[in-house]
Amino acid sequence: MTVEPAPGVPLAFDPDSLAIAMIGVHKWYGAFHVLRNINLDVRRGERIVICGPSGSGKSTLIRCINRLEEHQQGSIVVDGVELTADLKRIDTVRRDVGMVFQQFNLFPHLTILENCTLAPIWVKKMPKREAEELAMRLLTRVKIPEQAGKYPGQLSGGQQQRVAIARALCMNPKIMLFDEPTSALDPEMVKEVLDTMTGLAQDGMTMIVVTHEMGFAREIADRVVFMDNGEIVEINAPKEFFENPQHERTKLFLSQILH
Amino acid sequence: MTQTVEQSRPSFFNDPRIRGYAYQALLVAALVALVWTAAYNAYVNMEARGIPMGFGFWDQTAGFDISQKLIPYSSLSTYGQAFWVGLLNTALVGALGVLLATPLGFAIGVARLSPNWILARIAQVYVEIMRNTPLLLQLLFWYNAVLKALPGPRQSITLTSLVFLNNRGLYVPKPVFGPGSQWLALALALGIVGAFAYRLWARRRQALTGAQAPVGIIAAAFCLGLPAIAYFAAGRPVEFDLAQLVGFNLRGGVQVSPELAALAFGLITYTAGFIAEIVRSGVLAVSSGQSEAASALGLRSGLTMKLVVIPQAMRLITPPLTSQYLSLVKNSSLAVFIGYPDLVQVFAGTVLNQTQAAVQVMAITMGVYLVISLAVALALNVTNARHALKER
Repeated sequence: MTVEPAPGVPLAFDPDSLAIAMIGVHKWYGAFHVLRNINLDVRRGERIVICGPSGSGKSTLIRCINRLEEHQQGSIVVDGVELTADLKRIDTVRRDVGMVFQQFNLFPHLTILENCTLAPIWVKKMPKREAEELAMRLLTRVKIPEQAGKYPGQLSGGQQQRVAIARALCMNPKIMLFDEPTSALDPEMVKEVLDTMTGLAQDGMTMIVVTHEMGFAREIADRVVFMDNGEIVEINAPKEFFENPQHERTKLFLSQILH
Repeated sequence: MTQTVEQSRPSFFNDPRIRGYAYQALLVAALVALVWTAAYNAYVNMEARGIPMGFGFWDQTAGFDISQKLIPYSSLSTYGQAFWVGLLNTALVGALGVLLATPLGFAIGVARLSPNWILARIAQVYVEIMRNTPLLLQLLFWYNAVLKALPGPRQSITLTSLVFLNNRGLYVPKPVFGPGSQWLALALALGIVGAFAYRLWARRRQALTGAQAPVGIIAAAFCLGLPAIAYFAAGRPVEFDLAQLVGFNLRGGVQVSPELAALAFGLITYTAGFIAEIVRSGVLAVSSGQSEAASALGLRSGLTMKLVVIPQAMRLITPPLTSQYLSLVKNSSLAVFIGYPDLVQVFAGTVLNQTQAAVQVMAITMGVYLVISLAVALALNVTNARHALKER
């Protein structure tokens, strides 16, 4: 599959080094135009932070990348596979893309270990013991192996979110999407989740993170994307983005969020 | 360092504990007085009118016949036997109702959630009609307006001469078990055991190697295939006695009376409307985040339903579903209005009228419903406690 650059949007990188290419993507909810002409290329190993006011389409954008939402115009190519209604392609993309949600979305009827082994066993057809060993390795990586036998309701928010990260990593994804992973957490638990994400970034994971944690953006992001009203207003390196924002809307947003 | 500070005791009349005991003692005294007055009144009045006081009527000859009996009974039988006939008839309609209302209700509930617009609207209309008209009216409708309005036996409505429907009821083929039928029963038992063994084997194999198997299809093949093979191998030991028109009436087969048919059909369709709503709300109550998380992990919709949505929905569905089953059994007492001989019609109706032992008969009848309901509620509470989500 080749990626054709949309008119006026030069493709900055060689397609093979691209993890995600979004070209001229539009999406509507009924009459509401939620994504307007989104063009975004993400290199392998790149860390992107997406920020913007609420309702600006940030979540919708990353949910289009693993087809939790359908886009209606333009093309999205994830790891060389263009997303269409084709179920096989959606399966392929979802195997390669892990996702972490604001509300954790752990399965409350399964133990922590079972949460982590469910997809490896049923999607990758992995033997149970192998899946459990994998899950324990990743639970150790997010520093909660001792909680494996408990149920999600017995864990704190921060612990649940780290389990959610471990659960996604069990599928050995090439790309990780984070949809406001710390917004539902109590303040004292934000750090443990951000530390886990920083560790992941340092290991070279391709990451797209929707967040309001500007400290994390400054420290970890390769590029910061600012969205407003369904369109990408500005994309810049974090230093430039925070110190020298180009657009009025970006300046306004930053003045509201950085006190 | 902890320091104990002696709290000053409240005065006797202002102590909330003492006040609490006093109120409870007053309530108990009032209740005892009320019950005793009622019982004493009943006793005096019954004695004055010569109404029997004990349970001696239980072994007396009933002297009336019952149109539908699952155990031997005639007008020479006792009131006690009439009680059992009524109870079994109630149990029959209750069991039929629960067995058939469940799949119908689940199907309609799922249909209401279907993305197919027409299907969802039809299911919605069904649910609204069933839930928003009185059950008694529905039973009278099925009995008087549908079943009694059917043609006589000679103009029966028939389904390829296997099933007949007329104003005397519903006629279905009656299986006659000849010699060799035991092989069929054995094959069915083996098939069920085989299906469970296969499921166990498939699970173990999946745990060891990760390979998945179509357990449902193969289990069904075991349960249906083995008896089918046995049926032919044993030389077709089971024959079906079909209803046939002889003179002015149908003979043979199993006759389901119009009363039973109307009552069962009415209870099933009515309760299914409620079950459909319970199923729909159970599935909807599982947050969409759950299926999104499963999708994001790469699970397809079938597996998402099986592994994530249904296990959580069932937890929510089971308690109200059980209370619907109880309602169905209790609602079956409306049988009295269309003349189906259930416990209420036979025992709390005819037996009460003949013996005049109103207090005893009513107490027994209520006791039966109470015992059934409490037993089911107890079983439900035990299973609920076992399946509750663990939090904290």
